Amino acid sequence: MITAEQKPIQEIIGYIAPYGKILLVGCNECVTVCAAGGRKEVGLLASALHLNSLKQGKTIDIKEITLERQCDPEYVEELISYINDVDAVVSMACGCGVQTIAGRYNTPVFPAVNTKFMGASKSQGIWEERCQGCGDCMLGITGGICPVARCSKSLLNGPCGGTSAGQCEIGPDTDCAWRLIWERLVELGIQDRYEELNEAKDWRPAGGAGPRRIIREDLA
Amino acid sequence: MKTESRLEKVFAAGHIAVTSEVGPPRGCDVDIVEKKANMIKDHVDGINITDNQTAMVRMSSIAGAVIVKNMGLDPIIQMVARDRNRLAMQADIIGAYSLGINTMLCLSGDHPKFGDHPTAKAVYDVDSVNMIKMVTDMRDTGKFQGGADIKMPPKMFVGAAANPFADPFELRVARLAKKAKAGVDFIQTQCIFNMDKFETWMKGVCDRGLDKEVKILAGITPMKSVGMARYMKNKVPGMDVPDEVIKRLEGVSKEQQPEEGIKMAIEQMERMKEIPGVAGFHIMAIEWEERVAEIVEGAGLYPRPQV
Ligand code: SF4
Ligand code: SF4
Repeated sequence: MITAEQKPIQEIIGYIAPYGKILLVGCNECVTVCAAGGRKEVGLLASALHLNSLKQGKTIDIKEITLERQCDPEYVEELISYINDVDAVVSMACGCGVQTIAGRYNTPVFPAVNTKFMGASKSQGIWEERCQGCGDCMLGITGGICPVARCSKSLLNGPCGGTSAGQCEIGPDTDCAWRLIWERLVELGIQDRYEELNEAKDWRPAGGAGPRRIIREDLA
Repeated sequence: MKTESRLEKVFAAGHIAVTSEVGPPRGCDVDIVEKKANMIKDHVDGINITDNQTAMVRMSSIAGAVIVKNMGLDPIIQMVARDRNRLAMQADIIGAYSLGINTMLCLSGDHPKFGDHPTAKAVYDVDSVNMIKMVTDMRDTGKFQGGADIKMPPKMFVGAAANPFADPFELRVARLAKKAKAGVDFIQTQCIFNMDKFETWMKGVCDRGLDKEVKILAGITPMKSVGMARYMKNKVPGMDVPDEVIKRLEGVSKEQQPEEGIKMAIEQMERMKEIPGVAGFHIMAIEWEERVAEIVEGAGLYPRPQV
């Protein structure tokens, strides 16, 4: 899923300072799962913003709503009944959600979260990067461990010389992806695979050829 | 002969090769490069010019190499995958060759996190293995990585690094095999302090016949002090400094430690000369270039062959 973290509250306060009526919009998908921008976080942020304006002797009107999926125009359409009554929108969805709203309504939209990465939950409260959407998945030849996202240098033929005690040179709390790949290949009994050269990557499907798009004729 | 490289000629004539390095200054002072190169020039067959070493901005490797070349010496440029995409790499390889540089080293490069521009975006378009393949293909097939023909292709003698110590150890010979497959001509290893582990690695290398495909220069770094030894053990990624090394330096007075360090380097080289597959030495005397001559002489490798 896409992971996100709430922005520092002062940054959000700065964005909405000129406005009195705010529509605060959460999303029921990824940001709910990573506890950054679901219904609960919408409520918490609304309270924090109210508290802040009270302290400053101002009033602020916040309408809270959490959409099923903010990156989907169909759900974003639901904002139509509120949008004319507000001065600005604060979105707690990932950057895709923020942009879907910005593309639909003529009202200023501000992000309340920093969109981080495509990751998986490692354990309660911990998410780690797992994929960079390179558009040409190599997991089938790297034992199910991604060198693009999980090697700090995205080396296709690692490990580099900096690996220390099996950890990445950037720090002891990051596994060396190539150590993991090697161990996995050994576990699967296919370590010979390691010596096959992974040729220089074609970065076009990864975004090197400009913004990416999928067109499914059967669905469009 | 694939190239005009002096290093290639030294290997071809069956000599034990010696290389060393010059770190360019963090500014435009040409004198620094000349001074450092002058200290080692008669005792080596090639001089590495580092490329933004430890991710700190310095005079470029190619510029430093041209200065050294103009002194009538044999520079080896280094190129890190961190700072250039494949277009910039190939442009620089052609540029360097056009300026008379015929030997280079392909490296991953330290992560920018450690340097003086930690906010930089690292490139890593191609990794060091694919860089080797790219530059040997430019030489042997006369083609750019993108497939087009090169008019007057550059003929580089191509090296790379190897770390015989990093875990998992079994992977280390396989990794060298991969670089050999990519076409690398020579290897300069990480600084070696753990001799037993190095011997085990070399045995793995020779068992697979890789020493026949690739010339291996053993990395030598003389210790200036016990403080330096401890720092390298604890702070430098991928370094393996056994306790005996530290103990031996602790065993002599502070004033005697530099002499002991030099002595240890020479003893190491004497022992390594007997290890099958070792084709030479790469001496990394960090900010201690003035002692390289004495190490080379001490190890019985002076004068250098005229090739
Ligand atoms: S190889 Fe590409 S698509 Fe597959 S997990 Fe890694 S970044 Fe994602
Ligand atoms: S230590 Fe491993 S994960 Fe880190 S940059 Fe090197 S190869 Fe990649």
